[in-house]
Amino acid sequence: MAQTARPLSPHLQIYKWQITMALSILHRATGIVLALGSLLLVSGLLSLASGPDTYARFAAVAGSLPGQVLLFGWTWALCYHLLNGIRHLAWDAGHGYDIPTVTVTGWVAVVLSLVFTFVIWGVVLMKGGAA
Amino acid sequence: MRSHLRTPLKRVRGLGSAKHGTGAFVIQRLTAIALVPLFVWFVWLALSMLHDGYAAAHTMVAHPANAVLMAAFSIALFWHAQLGLQVVIEDYVHTRWLEFILQALVRFLAILGVLACLLAIARIALGS
Repeated sequence: MAQTARPLSPHLQIYKWQITMALSILHRATGIVLALGSLLLVSGLLSLASGPDTYARFAAVAGSLPGQVLLFGWTWALCYHLLNGIRHLAWDAGHGYDIPTVTVTGWVAVVLSLVFTFVIWGVVLMKGGAA
Repeated sequence: MRSHLRTPLKRVRGLGSAKHGTGAFVIQRLTAIALVPLFVWFVWLALSMLHDGYAAAHTMVAHPANAVLMAAFSIALFWHAQLGLQVVIEDYVHTRWLEFILQALVRFLAILGVLACLLAIARIALGS
């Protein structure tokens, strides 16, 4: 299938970037990242099941600077994928297909994902840093 | 053309690129719906466990309500992730043997992940 030399239909570089395509690509990208991030849940639970020493090591890695950067990115990816996922569920139910609505809900998802991320990390900082 | 008794529908079933029906699509949506409230609960749990150390975190996850929700979260998360990655692989990997290997690998890893989570939750909740 991939090796045939027939002409291809216009691809990404031909089109003007629009919020619809950007958010669609971002939904997949965050989904893939979150699938990898699920290893974080596994390591957290396994360390908690293994005992205080292992859990302390997990907390130290999570609380390190690279750990915090990773967790911050993970938080945003979660918030965005969740909010945009609600848009997808609405579309699956047949709602919100007209272009103005799609644009508005798209921006709402982007802005709210940032708001949620900053609120969550506001709580983290108020409790005195990560992990 | 009329040499067999199968209907046209019976003959085309399973011939699409995905090789199966709508089951995966439906489960993808159902796990998505389940993950919305579970995500809110998970954020609350993670934030309240922050800085409280091993004993407090252990007690929280060991609470029956939290243990059950954590098990539900783990199952829904890995199921949803496997189905999502399956669609991505179906869309972009067109070499049949490579697609097969990737699909199998993703499933094996998702099952390992969920088993590890469930074992850890059981050990935390039932004491060790």
